[in-house]
Amino acid sequence: MIISITGTGAVSPAGWGVDALMKALRLGAEITPTLLDRKSVGALIQTPVLRVPTEGATTPKFARLRRTSPISKFAAAATAEALGEERLAAITAGNLRVGVIFTLINGCVNYSNRFFGEALADPAIASPILFPETVFNAPSSHLSAMIGSHAPNDTLIGDSSGFFSGIDLAAEWICRSEVDGCLVVSGEEIDWLSAEGLRLYSRNYRPSEGAAAIYLEAAAGPVKLLRLPDPISLAANSRIDAARKIRENLCASDDGHTLLVDGRAGVKRYDLPETSAWADWTGPRLSPRTVLGEGMGVSAAFQIVAAVESLKSGEFRQAAVTTTGANQHAAGILLGC
Amino acid sequence: MGLVSPMGRNLEENTAGFRAGRMAFSPVTLFDISRQRVATAGQVDLPSAAPDSGISRKAWSRMDRGTRLAWLAAREAMAAAGLAGGEMPILIGTSAAAMPIGEDYYQQALVTTSLHHQQLRRVELYQAQRQMTDMARTLRVDGPMRIISNACASGANAIGHAFHLVRSGRAERVLAGGYDALCQMVFAGFDALQALSPSGIPRPFDAARDGLALGEGAGFVIVESAAAAKARGARVIAEILSYGAATDVHHLTQPHPLGDAALRTMQAACAMAGLVPEQIDYLNSHGTGTPLNDIAEGHAIQRWAGEAVGKIQVSSTKSAIGHLLGGAGAVESVISLLALEHQFLPANLNVREADDVCTFDLVRTPRDAVLKRVLTNSFGFGGANATLIFAKEGRE
Repeated sequence: MIISITGTGAVSPAGWGVDALMKALRLGAEITPTLLDRKSVGALIQTPVLRVPTEGATTPKFARLRRTSPISKFAAAATAEALGEERLAAITAGNLRVGVIFTLINGCVNYSNRFFGEALADPAIASPILFPETVFNAPSSHLSAMIGSHAPNDTLIGDSSGFFSGIDLAAEWICRSEVDGCLVVSGEEIDWLSAEGLRLYSRNYRPSEGAAAIYLEAAAGPVKLLRLPDPISLAANSRIDAARKIRENLCASDDGHTLLVDGRAGVKRYDLPETSAWADWTGPRLSPRTVLGEGMGVSAAFQIVAAVESLKSGEFRQAAVTTTGANQHAAGILLGC
Repeated sequence: MGLVSPMGRNLEENTAGFRAGRMAFSPVTLFDISRQRVATAGQVDLPSAAPDSGISRKAWSRMDRGTRLAWLAAREAMAAAGLAGGEMPILIGTSAAAMPIGEDYYQQALVTTSLHHQQLRRVELYQAQRQMTDMARTLRVDGPMRIISNACASGANAIGHAFHLVRSGRAERVLAGGYDALCQMVFAGFDALQALSPSGIPRPFDAARDGLALGEGAGFVIVESAAAAKARGARVIAEILSYGAATDVHHLTQPHPLGDAALRTMQAACAMAGLVPEQIDYLNSHGTGTPLNDIAEGHAIQRWAGEAVGKIQVSSTKSAIGHLLGGAGAVESVISLLALEHQFLPANLNVREADDVCTFDLVRTPRDAVLKRVLTNSFGFGGANATLIFAKEGRE
């Protein structure tokens, strides 16, 4: 069965929409960070972060989204873009069964932060509105509700390899005819909890946020899934070995027509596995995180969207996308026209 | 299979407890509940020291409470299956994951900007995939891992995913299960929603039920193809006949009042298994004890079973151990498998007067029974609904 990616959507620090993301990647310059301020025991902690700009927001008008934290708003906008109006109408009319798979690391950390703070201060007045939004699958639930789909909906948590697992699951559902098509979505949002946490690993990380979505279906579309090897577990492999094995299993051809979209973020220590595994790669190469920052769960989704759009431009025949997660898997996918 | 619940730390203790109709709620001692409305839950008697064998003290010390529960249940499942590790995918359901470590990170960050190393350790160990990867390493299991977080359906979804991986031939065997430990944030959250029974005693399907009780635990199974199990001479406990999943888009925290999505999953599971409702000998319900859940599930069971509804034997084992959230679906699957294996019906405890929706046979005390097929329901926040059907091995 041929499975193609026939829709993409993105909300990133570069702006709302895939065009903004691709424009930033073409420019290749890191987006200017803003400072996230927090006072703690009398000290001002400033964390440079790459935020989604407030202007140009395309979040669909949907009642459930009113009270949600940014992650759900980003994801809803990316989803609407990936589906397009025609598919949305078909789902609403009951003519299209669309599954939803959401992958993330942090989730609704803004509301988790607020709710736990309230619970510690006085549990009697901790907000019952906040708590349900802290659950990992709240964003994906909103997406199914927004598009009106009763088809399966799964949320996967994991490191940055999670988006590849999401694509694998979507392909399963499509092959079993459980769905006519499937959205794979990822999203993250900035909060001091996660931003400061990321910079404990390296001061060179630039925490970022946003969402990305792809729509997959059984069709001969412009961008096809060519190879999606099982991810390599870090339970029994070092990150270096896992990245090398993924390269072997992808069998990407360094022929000058294959684009490599890797997961390097510009932090030498953590980039080492991919730097090493692809050291002899001479073909074109893109490292979206060096421009868009480290979006944790969503970063790999930005990579996939970038690969899909690059293939659609006709400049390349294939694209190999890889990531070596922090503590679960190394993963990769080979896409082609 | 393996099971850790407030009822006991292994299959034997759990079987004895459910057969005897015991309840397993106790005062919460894991965190400060002095300002909560409710002070009890289904808390596992979990020793802080590492087990005698199978894991180093260092590895145990790095595990959060939930992962320790998962490790114990997964190890029991693998031992029961005659496995000492190997290559296989791992499918895990959880909702809270290692939240207590995240809580520590948060509280520490509020009072100091130093202690970099300790905070980095907390950030790293808070991540579910780090904990589960460590668990896999100590169990010597190597394979791709999916961690499903569909709130209270997570554990059932994990077993359902494993079923499909084996059924499709993508894997010979899969380690699958779910877990969750009690933690302050989630406890406060359910209290804030006023979803907890003020008495601490959940009464699923009681006419005057007033909420759920939280619990903790883990359940794991080895899902294996019949051919692979036969080839290595493994004892087969049961066959997974089917898995149904659907999404309830009615509301983030409330089910559709007539249980539309629950009906969908039960119908889908029966269709896949080629069964009609009267062929289900026992239904382990989601049955939280909240007013809205039980009425919705009750309606769904009525609609699904039709005229046969009076013959459907139903109980909610949450009445005995509480709601184990992300672990619930997997734990209740294992309880259903215990019922099949030992031919008994676990009870729906604490019912004084059954709700009018109970036109089915609500099992109020444990009893012996002849069981060939059992069905278990799991429904989650956000509308993730799942149904699994198991059959005793050697069914006609």
